[in-house]
Amino acid sequence: MSGTRASTGWDGSAWLRRPLAVLLLALATGCATTNGSDPRDPLEGFNRSMYAFNDAFDEAIGKPVANAYKSTLPDPVRGWVRNFFGNIGDLYIGLNNLLQGKPADTVNDWARFAFNTIFGVVGINDVASEMGLEKHNEDFGQTFGRWGAASGAYIVWPLLGPSTVRDSAGGLLDSYFDPVRRHDPVDARNFAVLLRAVGQRADLLDASRILEEAALDRYIFQRDAYLQRRRGLIYDGNPPRESPSSRVRDDVPVQAAPAAPAGSDRQFDEPAADGTLPGRVSVLYEPRQPANYAAVLAASARVGQ
Amino acid sequence: MKPLAGLRAAAAAAAATGALLAGAAAAQAITPPDVLVKSVTLEVVEIVKHDKDIQAGDRRKVIELIDAKVVPHFNFTAMTASALGTHWGKADAEQKARLTNEFRTLMVRTYASSIAAYRNQRFDFRPLRAKPTDTDVTVNVRVLQPGTEAVKIDYDMEKTARGWKVWDVRVADISLTANYRTEFANVVRESGVDGLIKTLRAKNDRVTERTPVAGGERK
Repeated sequence: MSGTRASTGWDGSAWLRRPLAVLLLALATGCATTNGSDPRDPLEGFNRSMYAFNDAFDEAIGKPVANAYKSTLPDPVRGWVRNFFGNIGDLYIGLNNLLQGKPADTVNDWARFAFNTIFGVVGINDVASEMGLEKHNEDFGQTFGRWGAASGAYIVWPLLGPSTVRDSAGGLLDSYFDPVRRHDPVDARNFAVLLRAVGQRADLLDASRILEEAALDRYIFQRDAYLQRRRGLIYDGNPPRESPSSRVRDDVPVQAAPAAPAGSDRQFDEPAADGTLPGRVSVLYEPRQPANYAAVLAASARVGQ
Repeated sequence: MKPLAGLRAAAAAAAATGALLAGAAAAQAITPPDVLVKSVTLEVVEIVKHDKDIQAGDRRKVIELIDAKVVPHFNFTAMTASALGTHWGKADAEQKARLTNEFRTLMVRTYASSIAAYRNQRFDFRPLRAKPTDTDVTVNVRVLQPGTEAVKIDYDMEKTARGWKVWDVRVADISLTANYRTEFANVVRESGVDGLIKTLRAKNDRVTERTPVAGGERK
């Protein structure tokens, strides 16, 4: 399979040879060291080798190109690029909200598209946000999650990065419905897809540097962050969460308030949507709390005295 | 006899004053959690905007700022315990203190990097949805940026005698403490609690080497 990967690359480019070598090496070593200790990540050996490949690719090509993009184009211009693609994205974000039974959000998303396309000069200005029409984040993976599909195994794809079985299936539909990928002629399409990717990478330069600083094991850090993030997105930012303190201290009432929708703009459809959400998604990633949290509280109280 | 009585009175007065001061401090400390988050955030952002050294990338100064303004409102023991999960119980008191110290350093460094990445985004402080009697709340803040959806930052806070303390931060639904749980568990399984302390320490030293920080909390 590594062979097919290699043959799809540009031929003979010196700057591509290094990541490919890393990929081959990683495949050779990575597959042998599957420890599979995490039930969410049975493909850890494969995933780690893909991660190593992506990381090498990013170091060799992704980051330098993104840095060049960032230093060449002034801030407002990069904003136009971001808004332009974001505006196109609102079309299928709205579609997904419709499929998730949130027609009010769909109206919001498509109104965004209409206003930004007409008054925002083909979407390069995000006037809709200033009008109070909030930008959403939806895709088919989230729609499947909303419908009750479990995420399945974690998968790292070459170049595309972290995903799961469910999100990969969703990603196929995403790219099918992606107006940019359906655009003709091919040259303009390729340019647009590339520009969008570079712009997105450039927007993540700060975040990826912070990740490098924060993580002990970047693979695990990225994986767990991805899984937490996706879970949050499926619940539209209000994933069920148990408060450890309310567990320990019986006199504290059950925390209904913090779990309530954060966005007051969503209070109309949220309760119904919450009710239809499948329980098993939450079981998989429910944060485990220290068994001895009482001792923790006691310890922290002592520190405070 | 007399001087002793005087001494006793002085001691009583001192104790009373102490109690009074403590009482005053306690009354002062209970700022509502949402007000606290808002005032600290805006204060830090204001300083970052106007400090030329920080603008020029002086990390030491950012860390000093965080130590002074932000750290007092965090319960790092609870954060560390949450990050360790069930392994927290395996650590003795001294190990717990050292773990907390290293984790605090790591958190402060990470926070310093995110402040360095601040680009004049606007904040939307969401109204607190809690009853006045609640002692465990989540404060929602959203960082607004045109063209992409807002980034949610949730502070899980707990009421203590010393005011409201943050025990977890979730950025875009990614809980910081939960995100370390698997990593920490792996290290503890392989090399024990001391191994984790060593790993964290090495990690902090590496970051320090790259970006020299004088006057850090650990010598």
